[in-house]
Amino acid sequence: MTLLAVENLTVTRGGLPVLEGLSFTLAAGHALVLRGPNGIGKTTLLRTLAGLQPALTGTISIPPESMAYAAHADGLKSTLSVTENLRFWASVYGTGPIDSALDRMNLRQLAERPAMSLSAGQKRRLGLARLLVTGRPVWVLDEPTVSLDAASVALFADAVRSHLAKGGAALMATHIDLGLHEAAVLDLAPFKALPPEEGGYKGSFDEAFS
Amino acid sequence: MIALLLRDLRLAVRAGGGFGLGLAFFLIVVTLVPFGVGPEGDVLSRIATGVLWLGALLACLLSLDRIFALDFEDGSLDLLATAPVPLEGVVSIKALAHWITTGLPLVLAAPVFGVLLHLPGPAYFWLVVSLILGTPALSVLGAFGAALTVGLKRGGLLLSLLVLPLYVPTLIFGAELVKRGASGMDTQMPLLMLAGITAATIAVVPFASAAAIRVNLR
Repeated sequence: MTLLAVENLTVTRGGLPVLEGLSFTLAAGHALVLRGPNGIGKTTLLRTLAGLQPALTGTISIPPESMAYAAHADGLKSTLSVTENLRFWASVYGTGPIDSALDRMNLRQLAERPAMSLSAGQKRRLGLARLLVTGRPVWVLDEPTVSLDAASVALFADAVRSHLAKGGAALMATHIDLGLHEAAVLDLAPFKALPPEEGGYKGSFDEAFS
Repeated sequence: MIALLLRDLRLAVRAGGGFGLGLAFFLIVVTLVPFGVGPEGDVLSRIATGVLWLGALLACLLSLDRIFALDFEDGSLDLLATAPVPLEGVVSIKALAHWITTGLPLVLAAPVFGVLLHLPGPAYFWLVVSLILGTPALSVLGAFGAALTVGLKRGGLLLSLLVLPLYVPTLIFGAELVKRGASGMDTQMPLLMLAGITAATIAVVPFASAAAIRVNLR
């Protein structure tokens, strides 16, 4: 079953296209890893898919209420404890208990600590635990493994694997190898938009008012 | 939605949350006025209404930039925008949380501070009524200003410049209501105007604020 279908998508940053003619599909149980050099537009693509910014052309089809987006920033409140942070997101998404997410990301010992006293890697683990409590099938992840050590990367890879096994799907931009054999890789370099002087898009696109 | 309200209230009372800041500012403004204009009771009681309303207005302004800026910085605003809650609802709830932590304490404290300014007897009741009716509009309009300036470095000053003119109708009718009530005149007109401005603000402005946030997140 296809959970996410993207067709002929052109995404823009600062009014100029960065990626164009992008088409791919993501089926349940599959993961897709986006690769490409810095600045190619991975984050822009993921933000466009998450609905945070408009696309210049193309269509994105995804069932409503099925995507969970995780950005560079984890969206944690530093004065709230780990459990309070997670409970908040669980009730925003209307899901139930957070215990399995705490265990899955090995946060049980840190449960009552305020988020500000966590290390960068621990904060990231909490950010990823947030994904688990959303209960959404399609994960859209921007650099999920930043600041994680090898053990935590393995924890995360396990979480993704079991998410896929349950019929979920994941789209992520990452530079490291997660050891996910079921993940396909999409190299974004061929979709890089041409600059205007080489025949690329010449109009001006105002993201704010489209 | 309730979870968001509780989170914002909890954040406000935790360390660095800024709860009480507006109230302390209000107290200081009110105590400074007699030093500036002299302690004569009749002068103070004549300007008391205006001073209390202005103080409440400025105290409200003080904490506005926190409404969205903190959530923007730590990335929660992006995540809330992609979460299954309408952004209009997020904006309204955050304005409500701002009112509970800033506006409501001002309403409750204003009669006490009125004593410091020789507020005439019958004015106390009308002061509380006018603040209860008026301060929600201040929070909702403030949330709109905060939504417009979210993501700007040092947007706080710009926020004040944007928001203060929008506060003018509330200030005019709020102060007028107290003045008329205190002197035993008919209060229906300012009362209805004040309530009407607040109701219209609550009904319309959250949509504008949500649109401003969507644009600012792009």
